[in-house]
Amino acid sequence: MKVPFNWLLEYVDLDKDINEVAEKLTLTGSKVEEVIENGKEIDKVVTGKIIKTEKHPNADKLTVCQVDVKDEVIQIVTGADNIKEGDIIPVALHGSSLPGGVKIKKGKLRGVESNGMLCSEAELGLVDEDSVHGIMILDENTPIGVDIKEILGLNGGVIDFEITSNRADCFSVYGIARETAASFGCELKKVDVSFNENGENINDYLKVEVKTPLCRRYMAKMIKNIKVGPSPEWMQAKLQEAGVRPINNVVDITNYVMLELGQPMHAFDYENIEGKKIVVKMAGDEKFTTLDGIERQLDSSMITINDAQKTVAIAGVMGGQNSEVTEDTKTIVLECANFDGVTTRLTSKKLGLRTEASSRFEKDLDPNLVETALKRACHLFETLKVGEVVGGVIDCYEQKLEPHYVNVSPKWINNFLGTDIDTNDMVNMLQRLEMEVEAQDELIIKVPTFRQDVKIKEDVAEEIARLYGYDIIPTQKIVGEAVEAEITKEQKLIETVKRTMVSSGLYETLTYSFFSPKVFDKINLPSDDELRKVVTISNPLGEDFSVMRTTLIPSMLEVMQRNILRDNKEVGLFDIGKVYLNVGKELPDERYKLCIAIAGDVDFFNLKGIVENLVNVLSVDKAEFERESQNTIFHPGRCAKLLVRKRYAGVLGEVHPDVLENYDLETRVYIAEIDLATLFEASKTEKKYKLLPKYPAVLRDIALLVKDEVEVKKIEDIMLKQGKGIIEEIKLFDVYKGKQIPEGFKSVAYSIVYRVEDRTLTDEEINKVHNAIVKELEEKLEAKLR
Amino acid sequence: MREKLQQIKEEALLKLKECQNSQMLDELRVKYLGKKGELTTILRGMGQLSPEERPIVGKIANEVREEIEAAIEETLKGIKQREKNLRLSMETIDVTMPGRANKIGGLHPLTKALDEIKEIFIGMGFSIAEGPEVELDYYNFEALNIPKNHPARDEQDTFYINQNVVLRTQTSPVQIRVMENKKPPIRIIAPGRVYRSDTADATHSPIFHQVEGLVVDKGITMASLKGTLDAFAKRMFGEKTRTKFRPHHFPFTEPSAEVDVSCFVCGGTGCRVCKGSGWIEILGCGMVHPDVLRAGGIDPEVYSGFAFGLGLERIVMIKYGIDDIRLFYENDVRFLKQF
Repeated sequence: MKVPFNWLLEYVDLDKDINEVAEKLTLTGSKVEEVIENGKEIDKVVTGKIIKTEKHPNADKLTVCQVDVKDEVIQIVTGADNIKEGDIIPVALHGSSLPGGVKIKKGKLRGVESNGMLCSEAELGLVDEDSVHGIMILDENTPIGVDIKEILGLNGGVIDFEITSNRADCFSVYGIARETAASFGCELKKVDVSFNENGENINDYLKVEVKTPLCRRYMAKMIKNIKVGPSPEWMQAKLQEAGVRPINNVVDITNYVMLELGQPMHAFDYENIEGKKIVVKMAGDEKFTTLDGIERQLDSSMITINDAQKTVAIAGVMGGQNSEVTEDTKTIVLECANFDGVTTRLTSKKLGLRTEASSRFEKDLDPNLVETALKRACHLFETLKVGEVVGGVIDCYEQKLEPHYVNVSPKWINNFLGTDIDTNDMVNMLQRLEMEVEAQDELIIKVPTFRQDVKIKEDVAEEIARLYGYDIIPTQKIVGEAVEAEITKEQKLIETVKRTMVSSGLYETLTYSFFSPKVFDKINLPSDDELRKVVTISNPLGEDFSVMRTTLIPSMLEVMQRNILRDNKEVGLFDIGKVYLNVGKELPDERYKLCIAIAGDVDFFNLKGIVENLVNVLSVDKAEFERESQNTIFHPGRCAKLLVRKRYAGVLGEVHPDVLENYDLETRVYIAEIDLATLFEASKTEKKYKLLPKYPAVLRDIALLVKDEVEVKKIEDIMLKQGKGIIEEIKLFDVYKGKQIPEGFKSVAYSIVYRVEDRTLTDEEINKVHNAIVKELEEKLEAKLR
Repeated sequence: MREKLQQIKEEALLKLKECQNSQMLDELRVKYLGKKGELTTILRGMGQLSPEERPIVGKIANEVREEIEAAIEETLKGIKQREKNLRLSMETIDVTMPGRANKIGGLHPLTKALDEIKEIFIGMGFSIAEGPEVELDYYNFEALNIPKNHPARDEQDTFYINQNVVLRTQTSPVQIRVMENKKPPIRIIAPGRVYRSDTADATHSPIFHQVEGLVVDKGITMASLKGTLDAFAKRMFGEKTRTKFRPHHFPFTEPSAEVDVSCFVCGGTGCRVCKGSGWIEILGCGMVHPDVLRAGGIDPEVYSGFAFGLGLERIVMIKYGIDDIRLFYENDVRFLKQF
């Protein structure tokens, strides 16, 4: 919310620089987004009167003006088309400066001398570029040759505040003035609400009926004999500085009061109120055209203002075209009401129409503010001579909101904040916030109705803390029982996994938790696959982000694709992330998966080596790799599953060429996906020292000729089974195909290490086992010794 | 015979001087000292000498043998040294050629920053807690004092699974889950992913990371909140870091604050990163609202607590000067390798 500094100073006597005020208010809880000092940059811009205009001899769209700036008459060329002789306008003289560091110098435009520039509101920094309507035309009574900053009151600058949802009371110049006064400990001036009424009675003109409790209060006054026209320069300038476009004196007064006091108001043309009656009620299923000319669909969740026949406004959001104040308006009904915050917010959301009014009402305003605001408006109508205030007032206020009480002991506050603030200081701070305080053992605090956010003792503590100064509250260590940080087994193991992956040369990636349901086809997943049971987002950012992922593989493939397309050819990546499995409960099963992907000068065994390392580092009990030919994501001959204690723990392999094609990948990619919980369950974190062997090992090499399709695991299983107890280790050291090996066969060579703990093995013992191994290999696998 | 011995000695010493390599040396050794060597041959002829002469010549012969042996030894040393020198000079390599090593990968920058944060808090006795990302509306909003229709729900554009289930918009629901399961003293941080339905651009991401903190015990004060976060900021951004606590509003804390740290790029003098202010906003915090304590089954009349939450991406972006949040999720290795 933009608060013009000079406007603020009307209500507090303060001799402080704008930046100092902004800094202080930030520290007491009114967060400043920005201090705008447009006026500071404006120099040598004065008011001038156009005394003559001529067409530019060499350009159709330019006009040559003679401008009286009091001391002289200067010639200026302009491209604007909204000016005429007699207009008073802001003139940037030769050598002048404008906001944004713009300097104006004399020069020639298409051969005609121009000694300055006529300015628009945008050029003066009053409004945004896109709301420009040509040169700014000033009131006809404006004196000429005067500094524009003086005329427009631009000397002060503007503070832009972020107003939090709990502080509706701060959504106004006066609210900020109250905070300023409380922050600096200076006096807050009263708002002038005095005015005179004529002898008539509003009740003779109008009846108001409120049919919904969502309208907590509805007040109305009437103004007669209105002369609609522009509002005075100072008012327009203040509105513009606050970011509101001036319209006419009637609308400007309602906006002025809204900005000043935070209470939105609306003016109806009385001529268009049929049946001398206003009814506030819930809308029907109807169409309604708002002031901005847009037809909107209303429904029964919205509050409307109606006359005897028709809807005339959407309560708290926007008025209707059918009762708008126009140049011909003579009499108005001034509405000042209080509408329910949630209702207003939902209405404005549904209509996609957020206005200055709705953004205030949605914060739930104080119904007692209504009266002050209405009086302030009447005061302005009278003092600005816009019209005559009709006597009497209509006030529908069923349930009057009374101040409430909060009790809290100063000791509790000090204990809670960790401070040592004197009770009298506390009382004083609360009083500066217009709370009445009775100090006994406890503070008995009467909270004004505009502070509905102060309900419990913690709220009071905050009020005191912020005025005392958060920066003065001491910094302390946490006292009390020492707490030992606990790191769970899973957290530790995840760290280990990450370290292992990094030392395997892989870079960690992070990918989105949701993806498109189309990825399942892209990775060749069968239509009945479990992974297709997803958790679906009801309001996604688009189909591509609409289901929670059940596997990390698609996102990993996308990352690989992106890298390979960008010529990062040797890629090794890993991702540790959650998958979200729809298990038919209210919340999905969230599980950590590890996904590894490598490409470049690598093959399946590079990937397997990484997984084997991981299994070893984690001391996973009973981990085995088995051929997997059913997983359609992978190459049917180059895929394995990882089993841990016979349970499925993950899959690794070369990605199927069809899948690679779907991802526009022309290089082979190797991917593993492992369920970390399954791995961790079998991770033996406890280690025990085993005696180093005392007796020598006996090494026997064995070379076998076997059929191609015989997997070495089968050979090893036989060796281990037969050699139970005396084989320490078996090492595959050669697999050979080619010369001397018949077609369809391969030669496989092993070193077998025989050893027992308690003695040296005899040749006899070893031969027995070794021969048994050879025999079984020959029988079961048709292996031949070479 | 004496002359002969003398002659052998002189000849041997001369030849040894000329000897260049270990092979020649071996030949010389055989020639003079070997079983059929010259010296041996002479000694064999000793039988012909008179008994008087025998010991004298024997002594001389031994002296000659020792001298030759010593000279051989000496020569051998020299040869070995020369050969070593030769080998060393031939083995010279270009040490400026690249090294060979197993490639080492790297952690994601967000993980690295999070690790730093975790380490600091673990050092202060905090444990790491986790909670679900697909979360009940109750934990994400209701229990945190954000009832249906609360304006704060509009400020956080929420992804819904259904009416009761959301993608958590903040890590704060972990607060409630922890309190439900653990008695004070509680001291946890809960890092994790959060979701907002913002279309991705340079400064927005529908997924980002927060680190939540919660401390609940008897006698926890706003001063302890300040002390803890001030200590964190100093460890995270350097000992000279100053903190500024500004009052703010969050539905689940009272009093609430936002915390700025003195700009860790310019040190507080004002630069492009801190937009000239010298300060960078890094987190929101406050004393846990009594309603929230109650929702977690903790009596606010007995216990008090503080909570805080910080956005990880923001801190990492400022720290490394990263200007586009999408880079974190694109995973271009040329980006990942920089950290």
